[in-house]
Amino acid sequence: MAYRLGVDVGGTFTDLLLIDESNGETFRAKVPSTPADQSAGVLEGIRRVCAIAGIDPSAISELMHGTTIATNAILEGKGARVGLIVTDGYRQVLQIARSYVPGGLAGWIIWPKPEPLAALEDTVEINERISARGETVRPLDEQSVVAALQHLKRRKVEAITVSLINSFANDAHERRVREIATREMPGVPISLSSEILPEMREYERTLTTVANSYVRPTVARYLGNLVRELKHRKIGARLKVLRSDGGLMSFEAAEHAPVNLLMSGPAGGVAGALWAARQAGFENLLTFDMGGTSTDVALVEAGEPRVRRETRAGDVAVRASSLDVRTIGAGGGSIAYVPELTRALRVGPRSAGAEPGPAAYGKGGTDPTVTDANLVLGFLPAGLLGGEMKLDREAARRAVAKIADAMRLGIEQAASGIIDIVNEHMFGALRLVSIEQGYDPRDFALVAFGGAGPLHANALGLLLGCWPVIIPPSPGVLCAYGDATTRTRNEAARTFIRRFSDTSNDEVGRMLAELAETAAAALDAEGVPRSDQTTIYQVDVRYHGQGFEVPVPVEIESFAGDGMRAVAQSFDAIHRRLFTFALDVEHEFVNLRAIVQGKPPLVRPNIIAEGDHDPSGARLGETPVWIAGKAISAGLYDRARLKARNRIDGPAIVTEFDSTTLILPGCAGEVDRFGNILIRPVRNPGRS
Amino acid sequence: MKARIVERNQQPFGRVTIDPITLDIIESALRNARFEMDAVLYRTAMSPGIREQHDEFPLIADREGRMVVGQFGSFIAGFLNAYEGTIEEGDIILLSDPYKCEGAISHANDWLILQPIYFGGRLVGWGAMLGHMTDVGGKVPGSLPTDATSIFEEGVVIPPVKLYRGGELQEEVLSVILNQVRLPHWNRSDLNGIVAACRTAERRVIEMCERFGVDTFVAALDAALERNRRAMAELIKRTIPEEELTFEDYICDDGRGVGPYKLKCTMRREGERVIIDWSGTDPQSEGSINFFLNENMFKMFFGIYMIMVFDPQILYNDGFYPLVEVKIPEGTLLKPRYPAALSCRTHGLGRVFDVLGGLLGQRQPEFLNAAGFSSSPHLMYSGYNDRGEWYQLYQIGFGGIPGRPVGDGPDGHSLWPSFFNVPNEFLEAYFPLRIERYETVPDSGGPGLHRGGNAIDVVYRFLAAGEISIHDDRWFTYPWGVNGGLPGARSRKLLIRTDGTREHLPSKCDHVRVNPGDLLHYVTWGGGGWGDPLARDPAIVTREVERGLVTVEGARRYGVVIDRDGRIDEAATRNLREQLRAERGTPPLFNFGPPIAVLRERCLAETGLPAPIAPIFKQA
Repeated sequence: MAYRLGVDVGGTFTDLLLIDESNGETFRAKVPSTPADQSAGVLEGIRRVCAIAGIDPSAISELMHGTTIATNAILEGKGARVGLIVTDGYRQVLQIARSYVPGGLAGWIIWPKPEPLAALEDTVEINERISARGETVRPLDEQSVVAALQHLKRRKVEAITVSLINSFANDAHERRVREIATREMPGVPISLSSEILPEMREYERTLTTVANSYVRPTVARYLGNLVRELKHRKIGARLKVLRSDGGLMSFEAAEHAPVNLLMSGPAGGVAGALWAARQAGFENLLTFDMGGTSTDVALVEAGEPRVRRETRAGDVAVRASSLDVRTIGAGGGSIAYVPELTRALRVGPRSAGAEPGPAAYGKGGTDPTVTDANLVLGFLPAGLLGGEMKLDREAARRAVAKIADAMRLGIEQAASGIIDIVNEHMFGALRLVSIEQGYDPRDFALVAFGGAGPLHANALGLLLGCWPVIIPPSPGVLCAYGDATTRTRNEAARTFIRRFSDTSNDEVGRMLAELAETAAAALDAEGVPRSDQTTIYQVDVRYHGQGFEVPVPVEIESFAGDGMRAVAQSFDAIHRRLFTFALDVEHEFVNLRAIVQGKPPLVRPNIIAEGDHDPSGARLGETPVWIAGKAISAGLYDRARLKARNRIDGPAIVTEFDSTTLILPGCAGEVDRFGNILIRPVRNPGRS
Repeated sequence: MKARIVERNQQPFGRVTIDPITLDIIESALRNARFEMDAVLYRTAMSPGIREQHDEFPLIADREGRMVVGQFGSFIAGFLNAYEGTIEEGDIILLSDPYKCEGAISHANDWLILQPIYFGGRLVGWGAMLGHMTDVGGKVPGSLPTDATSIFEEGVVIPPVKLYRGGELQEEVLSVILNQVRLPHWNRSDLNGIVAACRTAERRVIEMCERFGVDTFVAALDAALERNRRAMAELIKRTIPEEELTFEDYICDDGRGVGPYKLKCTMRREGERVIIDWSGTDPQSEGSINFFLNENMFKMFFGIYMIMVFDPQILYNDGFYPLVEVKIPEGTLLKPRYPAALSCRTHGLGRVFDVLGGLLGQRQPEFLNAAGFSSSPHLMYSGYNDRGEWYQLYQIGFGGIPGRPVGDGPDGHSLWPSFFNVPNEFLEAYFPLRIERYETVPDSGGPGLHRGGNAIDVVYRFLAAGEISIHDDRWFTYPWGVNGGLPGARSRKLLIRTDGTREHLPSKCDHVRVNPGDLLHYVTWGGGGWGDPLARDPAIVTREVERGLVTVEGARRYGVVIDRDGRIDEAATRNLREQLRAERGTPPLFNFGPPIAVLRERCLAETGLPAPIAPIFKQA
């Protein structure tokens, strides 16, 4: 009997989802997270979920894990001390960066420049030089390498990055430096820029590789602990980690290239949202995960989340593939204020965080937050987390009154304003992933989760015109669903900058086939039989002379004929969609890529009891709310008691353990047999 | 206004009162649209100047052309005042002639696209964007001739023309223009990207009109402008004194051996209005360093500086324009008479910002920044590579950011909005050159409690025979320090031939032949220091020595003595600080370095170049 286990470690809770692979039956558990050593919470969770399922932990064959440990190391500045080895003349590559100063004209007056991830005093030059075409201009001076390593040893660096100029064209020097460093500084992890990001642009390549080194010891320690403890408990499960791009990677690969884990957490959310929405019958989605301090949004088209080539963690933007999840610094804890001179209402980017939190939490916060505004308007029940946490309505009113006084508005008006403004921020983020990429949000459903997502989702549905708004059951464990339901995936890519006239269908087809073989071999090694593997191909294309490329999906068979002509036509069409025009300029390949995936696991969703349209069995009563400028009465419902086919007319509030759903007047939520609430406008569906 | 706006719907906009929240939402939506304009252009442009360095500026304006979001705009009013044709639905205007838009753009390399946005047959706003073209033809690659004496030598100069008429591209107009330039496929694709960006603005504005109603949209723009006017009136009253303040600074030379040229500005307040007068600025140059400064453009510079210096919370737009009166005397460097050459205006542009900083902070030293704008330094490199193909590089460099009230000036960073450097690997892949070193220059940032940013030394190894041009400034006068801070280092350019010969190149020059193996040190300037260097924490100075940003010798200018092991010698530091304090007395508010007469005397010895000859102006 084999079991798969999905584990998501959040800031507050660690969620686990156990799947019986023989029949798809699932078991869930939720335990407090243990920030000091996350593996403790994970192990406790495993014990708990196995007890619920009545199985021995040794029956788990695969453990799939989404983790925020890499991101947190960067956000909290708690990564390793990184030694950086560069080509002579380039010691200040991170100091100068791209010379960019944010903030517009005169922004330099107020910009605080962040410190580089590898300090200048820990950066050393060695003598060598490769040209842009990969020729050796100056051979590697091994003496200089030894001297550089001596310096780093004295500086007690904990990880080393080697990033030499033009190493994307020829990695021989970087590899030789690693050999010497392994000899001179055994045990210190070494990352090569030519392995982590074999691409042109020295700053981005160096930064990405340094970020890898920076999080590597932390990630290795955590995963190592976890693997050791699993072994110790005789749990033979293979540990796989969710990558930022939504694929799974082996424990060993994660240890080697943890820069690919920076968006591991949000990727689990997107995968979970996709899983839930699929049950409800939707594959074109906008995902909307609103938490306390930030909100993640993403677009999923035909069941495939969009992937992009940049990953961001705080100030650090690295070139690593990740799901195109946009994070904005606005959430339930965002603070509203009114600048003195303009008297405009602003919300965020400052956040009350978990400490002191919104005024309503009664932990000393006095600034008005989005949560306080929700409470003032009656959208939040008086207690959160099933009543474990009481909310102080008077404190929330006092906080929001500051805004009301400054703007000479009533308290409820001010609270409505705060909600409208924060919704507008969310709207902006959702536009970024939809409209600004050429997608019409009206062709998508909106899946809302996270603590605050279901409160704001209906309003966003109205703004974007995307229906239905889907509120999955237990929005809290959605990430663990994502982790557990992800397919094993491997990707092989190579840079191939070549004008179409300088290559042939034959050559491109042959290289794609080679890449597919490389990617498949890794899956073979993980025990995925070839019969369960599927391969998709992509080529990144641009007009010759452009600086950015666009991924174009291709069929490998087409290169037996004139596949390149089809690529050119698809690219022109995409370019027109994104930028309104196509050019009469030659096309150019930038990267070729093959992606091999294993079979999706069998997971049986929970089916809830069926009822009829009448939701009164779940009705708790009525509660006053303030909507569209007046006080009205809203129905209050208990989510746990809702039955399939129940229909709740807005205004209504649906409460559950870790989330609250708001259904607005003029809209109604229908419960499907999986427990999803599908909100749609009652009249005029499809348009806002 | 000369331009005639044609609308098929004559109905006036309805008067609606707008609530502050709707206003905030429309303002955010416009801001999103403006960033989307940037993104569209970066992804589609081909010239490194735009696609890698972002030498472009978008805006969205109301129907009268007042900028509501953007940062380097305000060109529409100047155009409308000067254009004698009609504006109709489906038109897109292209122009590059500074003399046909009252200087709203200031040299012919900047191609400006103006897109009137119509909704329901009525003009509701404008999208506009300008981008610097790598080449617009003329006598020198890059089209910035240092020796031009009229605009006719500076390449193709486009009067306002309809690039699109009724939605139709005027292919013939475009082909006449592109026939004049050295890299037509770059100009074409960059221009396409700019048009696409403006169309993006159009789409977003139309969506907003649909979503909120056109009357609400129009009213919101008025209200956003009015809100800015109110906030700025308050800010002006609080921060600008009624008594007259004056500041002057210099452009070192005109590229023809003459200089320095003085820029002088006087500011005072009457009630809630500010009067800014550039009288006392030197007459126009015979060369190409004239900077045709549009009054509205300067109001914008002034407004943004006010906001950044005193209250960065305020959202910037054109609403406050009626509060500012700008006087620029005709026939001066800042308002030259037609057909004066204008191409090398970047030095004047940079200096205007230094003058503005010096003016605004004079009365509130806690808000005063040091000097840091040389100009936007350029390198041009062109010729035929070993495959016989024409290559042409236009690259923007960066110096040190000045010491600031908030802290040190970053080393080798951009003072211009949204600019990036070009990755050196990109340069090496596409041009016959190698970047041997790319580093900041220790001690070049002016010492201060907050250090000025260091200059950059980019060391180019040329791999093909070709020609270079250089445009930079602050090689003769110093980037000044403030509040006790010392000046930053001056810029220099050193060419080392393969036989070891060393040539000091002028900061502005064209047609310098280079051969394979020649080495160019392109050294920019350091930012001025802010505050007393003797008050800087010696631990910070020591760490900067360890980082190689300050030398052991340079640390002495902070009064910090570092021993052979790199550790601070506390007793010696105390003594040195006391001694330096006694020697210098009370430091001045501004430290400009030695007076000009002394600079002249020492010029050849210190810079390897002869001192510029003082300009002689004919009486106007």
